[in-house]
Amino acid sequence: MSDDIIAMLKENVIQGRMTGEDEGVDDTVTGPGVVELTQRAIDEHIPPQDIITGGLTAGMEIVGEKFNAGEYYVPDMLASAEAVSEAMDILKPLLAGTDVKPKGTFAIATVKGDIHDIGKNIVSILVKGAGYEVVDLGIDVPTDKIVDYVREHKPAFLGLSALLTTTMLVMGEVVTALNAAGLREQVKIFVGGAAVSKEYAEAIGADAYCSDGFEAVRILESMSVV
Amino acid sequence: MPRQGLLIPAPLERLSRKQIDDIHRASLAILSDPGLVCYNDEAASIFAEAGADVSVLMQGPPPYRTVKIPPGVVERGLQSAPAVITLGARNSENALVMDGREPRVYFVTGSEANTWVDAEFPIYVKKSDPVKEIRVAEFKPRRGMLADLCLSARLSEHLETLDGFIRNVNIQDADITEDIKDVNKVYASLDNTTKHVMVGLTKPDQLDTVLAMASIIAGDDEKLQENPILSFITCLVKSPLQFVDETTGSFIDICRRGIPVAVSSSPQAGTTAPIHEAGIIAQINAEVLAGIVLGQLVNPGTPILYGTVPVRTRMDNLADSYGAVETSQYTIDCTQLARYYGIPNYSTSGVCDPAFPGQQSTVERLFSNILVTLSGPQYLHCAYGLLDCNAAFSPLQAVIDDTHFSMIKYFFQGPRLDGDELETMARQIREVLASPHKLFIRYVRRVLRKGLLSSPYPYEGNEDEVFFKAQQRMEELLSRPVNHIERETAERVFRDIPGLLPRLHPSERDGES
Repeated sequence: MSDDIIAMLKENVIQGRMTGEDEGVDDTVTGPGVVELTQRAIDEHIPPQDIITGGLTAGMEIVGEKFNAGEYYVPDMLASAEAVSEAMDILKPLLAGTDVKPKGTFAIATVKGDIHDIGKNIVSILVKGAGYEVVDLGIDVPTDKIVDYVREHKPAFLGLSALLTTTMLVMGEVVTALNAAGLREQVKIFVGGAAVSKEYAEAIGADAYCSDGFEAVRILESMSVV
Repeated sequence: MPRQGLLIPAPLERLSRKQIDDIHRASLAILSDPGLVCYNDEAASIFAEAGADVSVLMQGPPPYRTVKIPPGVVERGLQSAPAVITLGARNSENALVMDGREPRVYFVTGSEANTWVDAEFPIYVKKSDPVKEIRVAEFKPRRGMLADLCLSARLSEHLETLDGFIRNVNIQDADITEDIKDVNKVYASLDNTTKHVMVGLTKPDQLDTVLAMASIIAGDDEKLQENPILSFITCLVKSPLQFVDETTGSFIDICRRGIPVAVSSSPQAGTTAPIHEAGIIAQINAEVLAGIVLGQLVNPGTPILYGTVPVRTRMDNLADSYGAVETSQYTIDCTQLARYYGIPNYSTSGVCDPAFPGQQSTVERLFSNILVTLSGPQYLHCAYGLLDCNAAFSPLQAVIDDTHFSMIKYFFQGPRLDGDELETMARQIREVLASPHKLFIRYVRRVLRKGLLSSPYPYEGNEDEVFFKAQQRMEELLSRPVNHIERETAERVFRDIPGLLPRLHPSERDGES
């Protein structure tokens, strides 16, 4: 019975069906989606670790393979990631005291002066879908607010987004402000956005430049910081 | 069910109704004075019998008569010209049903290019940075051969947007004489595509032989009439206003047999027609009407396409300039005139001036392809793969053209809008606005999976790799099987029709492939 639920969960992650009302890639897959199946698995007392590894992570691995093979498009990847992130929200209260170690918190913001958030939101979905806790600080976020958040909540990672050549300069100001506050060493800084480049990321002293959300996840997974 | 073509909901028109009426009257006036110079005795007799004013034989060279056609004769001829013409196909699902009153476009390739253009992709190394290598397309022209025509027909079979095949390669093999050219080019075309085939005859006296072959392939004479898998294109009127002897004779023979035929006229504004738009349009209309009327006098009701290929003259060498913007203007005027008469229109677009694929050819062909398609001609020879004013054919270019026509066809899909759709969208917008990320991406998937989104350009890459990727696509298409003429039928054709080359026989053909 538990194997059936885990298999169905994995299949629905592959299909990107968050709930039973969603359509997947394959029209013939119907019934409960990832959210309902996660709850059913909990009700059946399946350990959270099994739900994550056997259902959610295993499903996302297949999704990644299909995306790399050109079989899946970005919307497919995002749908699966969003479904997994909803499932993780349901499982989160049950993870304390288990072997499942949190992957860390990824705070993300569009910097002061910039209200563009498509990229930020896509990165949020993918990073959360990869099992990280994501805190979205919003758009047009003042530098001091970002610094205050890092000081208070100590996230392992900070993502900064900017679309414009004018506002990307604020990213450098954030790094400088974190340095001045003595917080720079405790957080890995990721930067990205249409105007941002690898060279610029290095120039301002960021830890990583991400050309898209997938690269953000790849770099996160490669870092050992938890 | 026949092919559906592309229905243009609101066709592009350059001429007002009054301008159309004025051109019609001007063309009638031209037909009655000066009329046409006629080098064909039989045509002159047919017109004389119908009431035209035909002069005595005048001194040439060659000797000729003038034929002045009064408006009443023209009107009578137009009355019996059918509005609906069916061009059949070996596969009935590839038949084309054209209604001269409806702007439904069928895309075909055509001309009879002398030159075949191969593509090679050598690697070049940058002198200042030897690590840097690039692959550059090299186009190599050579004489077109029978095997090329077979390959082109096979490729056309698999080009999704291509509705019909007008033989597009002039076969110049050393062993192909004028006497056997027609049977070989028609067989090569019919054997390698199940789409409609249209040809122009090299030797008019081969008509009966070619039709006998088509009859065997279609089943019998009656089946060929019902499903004309083969049609003809003739340029019986040479601009300005001259009935050519041999082609006019051939045209009369085709009309007698009731086989579909396109009357095509191709005046050149500035040399064989006035440079003024009003002049070339009134003249080409008169030339085409003269041909259609002749055909209807020969055999009332015989299917004839109103074929127009007007072109502007280049001022540097007085050659054709199909890339000139005026060429598209003239063409669209003619399409409108054909619709005015309710006769299916054979038209052209996409003809370009450069000899090789490249930016100029892309701009010129796309410019006219989009605009002329918009005007709604029924049978559009849109120069798939053709270059150098249709003197050269590149299969690679044909594959790229197919992609571009799929984009044009996609554009003309009607808007998917109704009350339910708008209600669903309002609900979707409410849901997204209430969600944390405010993104519609999750709703894209359904549309994507149902094939309701246009495809990305298939030849894009990190660098300009369009030609290389199109070549790969071409090779993939050519690797697909073709539904050749059934073996038993082919054997009968080879037994009964003289002049077919052994290398077209199924045994040799299959041995080669």
